Amino acid sequence: MSVRLSMTVNGKPVNADVEPRTLLVDFIRDTLRLTGTHIGCDTAQCGACTIHMNGKAVKCCNMLAVQAQGSTVVTIEGLAKADGTMHPMQAAFRDYHGLQCGYCTPGMVMSAIDLLKRHPHPNEEQIRAELDGNLCRCTGYHNIVKAVQAAAGA
Amino acid sequence: MHAFNYHKASSVADAMAKLAASDDGRVLAGGQTLIAAMKMRLSAPSDLVDLAGIAELRGIKVDANGVTIGAMTTHATVAASPEIKKTIPALAFLASEIGDPMVRNMGTIGGSVANNDPAADYPAAVLGLGATVATSKRKIAADKFFTGMYETALEPGEILTSISFPVPKRAGYSKFKNPASRYALVGVFVAETANGIRVAVTGAGPCVFRVTELEKALGKSFSPDVVNGIKVPATNLNSDIHASAEYRAHLITVMARRAVSQIVSK
Repeated sequence: MSVRLSMTVNGKPVNADVEPRTLLVDFIRDTLRLTGTHIGCDTAQCGACTIHMNGKAVKCCNMLAVQAQGSTVVTIEGLAKADGTMHPMQAAFRDYHGLQCGYCTPGMVMSAIDLLKRHPHPNEEQIRAELDGNLCRCTGYHNIVKAVQAAAGA
Repeated sequence: MHAFNYHKASSVADAMAKLAASDDGRVLAGGQTLIAAMKMRLSAPSDLVDLAGIAELRGIKVDANGVTIGAMTTHATVAASPEIKKTIPALAFLASEIGDPMVRNMGTIGGSVANNDPAADYPAAVLGLGATVATSKRKIAADKFFTGMYETALEPGEILTSISFPVPKRAGYSKFKNPASRYALVGVFVAETANGIRVAVTGAGPCVFRVTELEKALGKSFSPDVVNGIKVPATNLNSDIHASAEYRAHLITVMARRAVSQIVSK
Protein backbone atom coordinates (compact mmCIF):
# COMPACT_ATOMS: atom_id res chain seq x y z
CA MET A 1 0.00 0.00 0.00
CA SER A 2 1.36 3.42 -0.86
CA VAL A 3 -0.13 6.83 -0.23
CA ARG A 4 0.00 9.84 -2.54
CA LEU A 5 1.57 12.62 -0.52
CA SER A 6 1.35 16.33 -1.29
CA MET A 7 2.83 19.13 0.75
CA THR A 8 4.73 22.36 0.41
CA VAL A 9 8.37 22.19 1.44
CA ASN A 10 10.42 25.38 1.64
CA GLY A 11 7.90 27.13 -0.59
CA LYS A 12 7.81 24.49 -3.31
CA PRO A 13 5.01 21.97 -3.91
CA VAL A 14 6.10 18.37 -3.44
CA ASN A 15 4.28 15.21 -4.55
CA ALA A 16 5.39 11.64 -3.98
CA ASP A 17 4.09 8.14 -3.36
CA VAL A 18 5.22 6.86 0.02
CA GLU A 19 4.70 3.82 2.15
CA PRO A 20 2.60 4.75 5.21
CA ARG A 21 5.45 3.72 7.52
CA THR A 22 7.84 6.28 6.02
CA LEU A 23 8.97 8.70 8.69
CA LEU A 24 8.78 12.38 7.83
CA VAL A 25 12.51 12.75 8.52
CA ASP A 26 13.33 9.97 6.04
CA PHE A 27 11.04 11.53 3.45
CA ILE A 28 12.78 14.88 3.88
CA ARG A 29 16.31 13.47 3.85
CA ASP A 30 16.09 10.50 1.46
CA THR A 31 13.31 11.43 -0.95
CA LEU A 32 13.71 15.21 -1.04
CA ARG A 33 17.50 15.03 -0.40
CA LEU A 34 17.28 17.83 2.16
CA THR A 35 19.94 16.49 4.48
CA GLY A 36 20.25 19.57 6.68
CA THR A 37 17.60 18.04 8.93
CA HIS A 38 19.56 15.59 11.07
CA ILE A 39 18.73 12.34 12.80
CA GLY A 40 20.40 12.36 16.20
CA CYS A 41 18.81 10.06 18.76
CA ASP A 42 15.95 8.85 16.53
CA THR A 43 13.78 8.66 19.68
CA ALA A 44 12.32 12.21 19.85
CA GLN A 45 14.62 13.29 22.63
CA CYS A 46 17.52 15.22 21.05
CA GLY A 47 15.70 17.61 18.70
CA ALA A 48 18.25 17.45 15.83
CA CYS A 49 15.34 16.62 13.48
CA THR A 50 13.29 19.72 14.37
CA ILE A 51 11.45 21.31 11.44
CA HIS A 52 8.43 23.62 11.16
CA MET A 53 5.08 22.17 10.12
CA ASN A 54 2.38 24.77 9.57
CA GLY A 55 4.54 27.26 11.45
CA LYS A 56 5.14 25.09 14.51
CA ALA A 57 8.31 23.26 15.55
CA VAL A 58 7.96 19.47 15.51
CA LYS A 59 10.34 16.51 15.73
CA CYS A 60 10.07 14.85 12.34
CA CYS A 61 11.83 11.61 13.40
CA ASN A 62 8.77 10.88 15.52
CA MET A 63 6.12 11.47 12.86
CA LEU A 64 4.91 9.70 9.78
CA ALA A 65 5.26 11.53 6.47
CA VAL A 66 1.51 11.03 5.97
CA GLN A 67 0.88 13.13 9.10
CA ALA A 68 2.27 16.09 7.14
CA GLN A 69 -0.20 15.55 4.28
CA GLY A 70 -1.28 18.93 2.88
CA SER A 71 0.89 20.88 5.27
CA THR A 72 3.48 23.60 4.85
CA VAL A 73 6.92 22.42 5.93
CA VAL A 74 10.03 24.53 6.42
CA THR A 75 13.43 22.93 6.97
CA ILE A 76 16.78 24.55 7.75
CA GLU A 77 17.38 24.85 3.98
CA GLY A 78 14.29 27.07 3.69
CA LEU A 79 15.46 29.81 6.06
CA ALA A 80 18.06 31.75 4.07
CA LYS A 81 17.00 34.14 1.32
CA ALA A 82 17.51 33.18 -2.33
CA ASP A 83 20.62 35.38 -2.49
CA GLY A 84 22.14 33.44 0.39
CA THR A 85 21.49 36.02 3.12
CA MET A 86 21.10 34.07 6.33
CA HIS A 87 18.03 34.19 8.54
CA PRO A 88 18.76 36.44 11.58
CA MET A 89 18.81 33.36 13.83
CA GLN A 90 21.37 31.63 11.61
CA ALA A 91 23.45 34.82 11.55
CA ALA A 92 23.28 35.07 15.35
CA PHE A 93 24.44 31.45 15.76
CA ARG A 94 27.41 32.27 13.51
CA ASP A 95 28.20 35.61 15.20
CA TYR A 96 28.05 34.19 18.73
CA HIS A 97 29.59 30.85 17.80
CA GLY A 98 26.51 28.98 19.02
CA LEU A 99 27.88 25.68 17.78
CA GLN A 100 30.91 23.45 17.80
CA CYS A 101 30.43 20.24 15.82
CA GLY A 102 27.22 21.58 14.27
CA TYR A 103 25.19 18.40 14.45
CA CYS A 104 22.44 19.81 16.68
CA THR A 105 22.52 23.23 15.01
CA PRO A 106 19.74 22.88 12.41
CA GLY A 107 17.35 21.67 15.11
CA MET A 108 18.51 24.35 17.53
CA VAL A 109 17.94 27.09 14.96
CA MET A 110 14.46 25.79 14.03
CA SER A 111 13.46 25.54 17.71
CA ALA A 112 14.90 28.95 18.52
CA ILE A 113 12.86 30.58 15.73
CA ASP A 114 9.70 28.94 17.10
CA LEU A 115 10.67 30.09 20.60
CA LEU A 116 10.90 33.75 19.54
CA LYS A 117 7.49 33.57 17.88
CA ARG A 118 5.95 32.69 21.24
CA HIS A 119 8.31 34.73 23.45
CA PRO A 120 9.66 37.67 21.43
CA HIS A 121 11.77 38.92 24.36
CA PRO A 122 12.80 35.88 26.36
CA ASN A 123 15.09 36.00 29.37
CA GLU A 124 17.89 33.48 29.80
CA GLU A 125 15.79 31.16 31.95
CA GLN A 126 13.02 31.07 29.35
CA ILE A 127 15.47 30.35 26.54
CA ARG A 128 16.99 27.45 28.45
CA ALA A 129 13.56 26.05 29.36
CA GLU A 130 12.24 26.40 25.82
CA LEU A 131 15.29 24.69 24.31
CA ASP A 132 14.72 21.73 26.66
CA GLY A 133 13.90 19.55 23.64
CA ASN A 134 17.24 20.17 21.91
CA LEU A 135 20.37 18.50 23.16
CA CYS A 136 23.87 19.78 22.39
CA ARG A 137 26.85 17.66 23.48
CA CYS A 138 29.54 20.26 22.72
CA THR A 139 28.81 23.82 23.72
CA GLY A 140 27.38 23.63 27.21
CA TYR A 141 24.59 25.77 25.69
CA HIS A 142 26.25 29.03 26.75
CA ASN A 143 26.80 30.50 23.29
CA ILE A 144 23.52 29.07 22.01
CA VAL A 145 21.66 31.07 24.66
CA LYS A 146 23.69 34.19 23.76
CA ALA A 147 22.87 33.70 20.07
CA VAL A 148 19.12 33.46 20.79
CA GLN A 149 19.29 36.54 23.00
CA ALA A 150 21.10 38.41 20.23
CA ALA A 151 18.56 37.31 17.62
CA ALA A 152 15.74 38.45 19.90
CA GLY A 153 17.31 41.87 20.15
CA ALA A 154 17.91 42.09 16.41
CA MET B 1 8.71 -0.25 11.79
CA HIS B 2 6.46 -2.96 10.41
CA ALA B 3 4.23 -2.06 7.47
CA PHE B 4 0.61 -1.13 8.09
CA ASN B 5 -2.39 0.23 6.22
CA TYR B 6 -3.10 3.93 6.72
CA HIS B 7 -6.56 5.48 6.82
CA LYS B 8 -7.55 9.07 7.46
CA ALA B 9 -10.92 9.27 9.23
CA SER B 10 -13.37 12.04 8.39
CA SER B 11 -15.53 11.64 11.51
CA VAL B 12 -15.66 9.61 14.72
CA ALA B 13 -18.23 7.28 13.11
CA ASP B 14 -15.94 6.84 10.10
CA ALA B 15 -12.98 6.09 12.39
CA MET B 16 -15.03 3.45 14.25
CA ALA B 17 -16.07 1.82 10.98
CA LYS B 18 -12.46 1.75 9.75
CA LEU B 19 -11.25 0.30 13.04
CA ALA B 20 -13.96 -2.36 12.96
CA ALA B 21 -12.95 -3.33 9.42
CA SER B 22 -9.28 -3.82 10.34
CA ASP B 23 -7.58 -6.92 11.76
CA ASP B 24 -5.67 -5.23 14.53
CA GLY B 25 -6.15 -1.52 13.99
CA ARG B 26 -5.25 1.36 16.28
CA VAL B 27 -6.16 5.01 16.21
CA LEU B 28 -3.40 7.57 15.64
CA ALA B 29 -3.68 10.84 17.57
CA GLY B 30 -0.48 12.92 17.74
CA GLY B 31 1.64 9.79 17.61
CA GLN B 32 4.24 11.02 20.09
CA THR B 33 4.18 7.71 21.96
CA LEU B 34 2.69 5.38 19.36
CA ILE B 35 5.14 6.18 16.54
CA ALA B 36 8.08 5.70 18.92
CA ALA B 37 6.63 2.35 20.06
CA MET B 38 6.08 1.27 16.45
CA LYS B 39 9.65 2.24 15.52
CA MET B 40 10.90 -0.10 18.23
CA ARG B 41 8.40 -2.75 17.06
CA LEU B 42 6.86 -2.80 20.53
CA SER B 43 3.62 -2.05 18.71
CA ALA B 44 2.76 -3.38 15.26
CA PRO B 45 -0.84 -2.60 14.33
CA SER B 46 -2.23 -3.88 11.03
CA ASP B 47 -3.92 -0.54 10.38
CA LEU B 48 -3.64 3.03 11.65
CA VAL B 49 -6.73 5.21 11.63
CA ASP B 50 -5.60 8.84 11.78
CA LEU B 51 -7.93 11.13 13.76
CA ALA B 52 -6.11 14.35 12.80
CA GLY B 53 -8.70 15.34 10.20
CA ILE B 54 -11.69 15.23 12.57
CA ALA B 55 -12.51 18.83 13.52
CA GLU B 56 -15.12 17.79 16.15
CA LEU B 57 -12.33 16.25 18.25
CA ARG B 58 -10.45 19.54 18.66
CA GLY B 59 -11.13 22.50 20.89
CA ILE B 60 -11.75 23.78 24.40
CA LYS B 61 -15.15 24.61 25.83
CA VAL B 62 -15.76 26.27 29.19
CA ASP B 63 -19.23 26.33 30.73
CA ALA B 64 -20.98 25.97 34.11
CA ASN B 65 -19.99 22.29 34.27
CA GLY B 66 -16.30 22.99 33.85
CA VAL B 67 -13.75 22.68 31.09
CA THR B 68 -14.20 20.21 28.24
CA ILE B 69 -11.20 19.49 26.04
CA GLY B 70 -11.47 17.64 22.73
CA ALA B 71 -9.32 14.51 22.46
CA MET B 72 -7.19 15.86 19.59
CA THR B 73 -6.33 19.13 21.35
CA THR B 74 -2.55 19.45 21.63
CA HIS B 75 -0.64 19.98 24.87
CA ALA B 76 0.62 23.31 23.47
CA THR B 77 -2.97 24.49 22.93
CA VAL B 78 -4.01 23.54 26.48
CA ALA B 79 -0.86 25.13 27.97
CA ALA B 80 -1.48 28.42 26.11
CA SER B 81 -5.28 28.53 26.52
CA PRO B 82 -6.40 31.75 28.27
CA GLU B 83 -9.65 30.02 29.35
CA ILE B 84 -7.84 27.13 31.01
CA LYS B 85 -5.23 29.42 32.57
CA LYS B 86 -8.13 31.32 34.12
CA THR B 87 -10.34 28.41 35.25
CA ILE B 88 -7.85 25.60 36.06
CA PRO B 89 -4.35 27.10 35.93
CA ALA B 90 -2.83 23.88 37.33
CA LEU B 91 -4.07 22.02 34.25
CA ALA B 92 -2.48 24.54 31.87
CA PHE B 93 0.72 24.33 33.95
CA LEU B 94 0.73 20.52 33.78
CA ALA B 95 0.32 20.66 29.98
CA SER B 96 3.24 23.12 29.76
CA GLU B 97 5.46 20.60 31.58
CA ILE B 98 4.81 17.66 29.22
CA GLY B 99 7.76 16.63 27.06
CA ASP B 100 9.25 19.63 25.28
CA PRO B 101 7.84 22.33 22.97
CA MET B 102 8.01 20.13 19.86
CA VAL B 103 6.32 17.18 21.56
CA ARG B 104 3.64 19.55 22.89
CA ASN B 105 2.92 20.77 19.35
CA MET B 106 2.02 17.23 18.24
CA GLY B 107 0.94 15.30 21.36
CA THR B 108 -2.73 15.31 22.33
CA ILE B 109 -4.66 14.97 25.57
CA GLY B 110 -6.74 12.10 24.20
CA GLY B 111 -3.70 10.18 23.05
CA SER B 112 -1.96 10.63 26.39
CA VAL B 113 -4.97 9.59 28.48
CA ALA B 114 -6.00 6.65 26.26
CA ASN B 115 -2.41 5.33 26.25
CA ASN B 116 -2.16 5.61 30.06
CA ASP B 117 1.62 5.48 30.19
CA PRO B 118 2.59 4.95 33.84
CA ALA B 119 4.74 8.11 33.67
CA ALA B 120 2.44 10.36 31.62
CA ASP B 121 1.36 13.67 33.16
CA TYR B 122 -2.28 14.01 32.09
CA PRO B 123 -3.59 10.94 33.97
CA ALA B 124 -2.63 12.73 37.22
CA ALA B 125 -4.86 15.70 36.33
CA VAL B 126 -7.73 13.52 35.09
CA LEU B 127 -7.73 11.46 38.30
CA GLY B 128 -6.77 14.36 40.58
CA LEU B 129 -9.61 16.54 39.38
CA GLY B 130 -12.13 13.70 39.16
CA ALA B 131 -12.70 14.36 35.45
CA THR B 132 -15.07 12.47 33.17
CA VAL B 133 -13.82 10.78 30.02
CA ALA B 134 -16.25 10.83 27.08
CA THR B 135 -15.94 8.16 24.40
CA SER B 136 -17.71 7.20 21.20
CA LYS B 137 -20.05 5.05 23.37
CA ARG B 138 -20.34 6.45 26.90
CA LYS B 139 -18.97 8.56 29.73
CA ILE B 140 -16.49 7.10 32.20
CA ALA B 141 -15.54 8.57 35.59
CA ALA B 142 -11.78 9.02 36.11
CA ASP B 143 -11.85 6.72 39.16
CA LYS B 144 -12.99 3.88 36.88
CA PHE B 145 -10.99 4.79 33.76
CA PHE B 146 -7.37 3.95 34.61
CA THR B 147 -7.22 0.20 35.24
CA GLY B 148 -3.53 -0.77 35.05
CA MET B 149 -0.22 -0.29 33.24
CA TYR B 150 -1.16 1.03 29.77
CA GLU B 151 -4.66 -0.31 30.53
CA THR B 152 -7.88 1.67 30.60
CA ALA B 153 -11.62 0.98 30.66
CA LEU B 154 -11.71 1.63 26.89
CA GLU B 155 -13.00 -1.38 24.99
CA PRO B 156 -11.66 -2.48 21.59
CA GLY B 157 -12.98 -0.08 18.95
CA GLU B 158 -14.02 2.56 21.51
CA ILE B 159 -12.58 6.02 20.82
CA LEU B 160 -11.89 8.65 23.46
CA THR B 161 -13.57 11.85 22.24
CA SER B 162 -13.21 14.44 25.03
CA ILE B 163 -12.45 14.96 28.71
CA SER B 164 -14.48 17.17 31.04
CA PHE B 165 -12.79 18.65 34.09
CA PRO B 166 -14.86 20.12 36.93
CA VAL B 167 -13.32 23.40 38.11
CA PRO B 168 -11.64 22.86 41.50
CA LYS B 169 -11.48 25.45 44.27
CA ARG B 170 -7.71 25.26 43.91
CA ALA B 171 -5.17 22.82 42.51
CA GLY B 172 -1.46 22.34 41.89
CA TYR B 173 0.92 19.96 40.13
CA SER B 174 4.54 19.20 40.88
CA LYS B 175 6.70 16.87 38.85
CA PHE B 176 10.20 15.48 39.16
CA LYS B 177 11.09 14.80 35.56
CA ASN B 178 13.51 12.43 33.91
CA PRO B 179 15.84 14.93 32.23
CA ALA B 180 16.16 12.94 28.98
CA SER B 181 12.62 11.73 28.33
CA ARG B 182 10.91 14.52 30.35
CA TYR B 183 8.45 11.90 31.61
CA ALA B 184 7.48 12.12 35.27
CA LEU B 185 9.73 10.11 37.56
CA VAL B 186 7.05 11.15 40.01
CA GLY B 187 4.29 13.72 39.48
CA VAL B 188 1.71 14.67 42.09
CA PHE B 189 -1.54 16.51 41.37
CA VAL B 190 -3.32 17.98 44.41
CA ALA B 191 -6.81 19.45 44.13
CA GLU B 192 -9.39 20.83 46.50
CA THR B 193 -12.62 19.89 44.75
CA ALA B 194 -16.31 20.22 45.65
CA ASN B 195 -16.06 16.64 46.96
CA GLY B 196 -12.95 17.15 49.05
CA ILE B 197 -9.22 16.86 48.57
CA ARG B 198 -7.88 14.57 45.84
CA VAL B 199 -4.23 13.60 45.45
CA ALA B 200 -3.21 11.68 42.32
CA VAL B 201 0.27 10.30 41.70
CA THR B 202 1.78 9.44 38.31
CA GLY B 203 5.19 7.96 37.45
CA ALA B 204 5.60 6.15 40.76
CA GLY B 205 3.50 3.03 40.18
CA PRO B 206 2.33 0.88 37.28
CA CYS B 207 -0.69 3.17 36.91
CA VAL B 208 -1.81 6.56 38.24
CA PHE B 209 -3.26 6.22 41.77
CA ARG B 210 -4.71 8.26 44.63
CA VAL B 211 -3.12 8.50 48.08
CA THR B 212 -5.98 8.52 50.58
CA GLU B 213 -3.70 9.13 53.56
CA LEU B 214 -2.50 12.40 52.03
CA GLU B 215 -6.05 13.33 51.06
CA LYS B 216 -7.31 12.81 54.63
CA ALA B 217 -4.44 14.74 56.20
CA LEU B 218 -4.80 17.66 53.76
CA GLY B 219 -8.56 17.60 54.33
CA LYS B 220 -7.96 18.33 58.02
CA SER B 221 -5.31 20.97 57.46
CA PHE B 222 -4.28 22.16 54.02
CA SER B 223 -0.63 23.01 54.51
CA PRO B 224 2.75 21.76 53.24
CA ASP B 225 3.80 20.82 56.81
CA VAL B 226 1.02 18.23 57.10
CA VAL B 227 2.52 16.37 54.15
CA ASN B 228 5.95 16.09 55.78
CA GLY B 229 4.91 13.49 58.34
CA ILE B 230 3.37 11.12 55.80
CA LYS B 231 5.45 8.32 54.34
CA VAL B 232 4.07 6.45 51.35
CA PRO B 233 5.08 2.75 51.34
CA ALA B 234 7.38 1.66 48.48
CA THR B 235 5.50 -1.62 48.04
CA ASN B 236 4.36 -2.13 44.43
CA LEU B 237 6.05 1.07 43.20
CA ASN B 238 8.20 1.07 40.05
CA SER B 239 11.90 0.37 40.32
CA ASP B 240 14.20 0.84 37.31
CA ILE B 241 17.53 2.33 36.26
CA HIS B 242 16.16 5.81 36.85
CA ALA B 243 14.95 5.39 40.43
CA SER B 244 14.32 2.73 43.06
CA ALA B 245 10.85 2.16 44.52
CA GLU B 246 12.04 3.67 47.82
CA TYR B 247 13.26 6.82 46.07
CA ARG B 248 9.98 7.15 44.19
CA ALA B 249 8.07 6.73 47.48
CA HIS B 250 10.16 9.53 48.97
CA LEU B 251 9.54 11.74 45.94
CA ILE B 252 5.77 11.36 46.33
CA THR B 253 5.95 13.19 49.67
CA VAL B 254 8.34 15.81 48.29
CA MET B 255 6.25 16.48 45.17
CA ALA B 256 3.01 16.54 47.20
CA ARG B 257 4.54 19.12 49.52
CA ARG B 258 5.69 21.22 46.55
CA ALA B 259 2.24 21.03 44.95
CA VAL B 260 0.59 22.16 48.19
CA SER B 261 3.15 24.96 48.63
CA GLN B 262 2.45 26.07 45.06
CA ILE B 263 -1.27 26.26 45.90
CA VAL B 264 -1.08 28.04 49.25
CA SER B 265 1.51 30.57 48.07
CA LYS B 266 -0.93 31.94 45.48
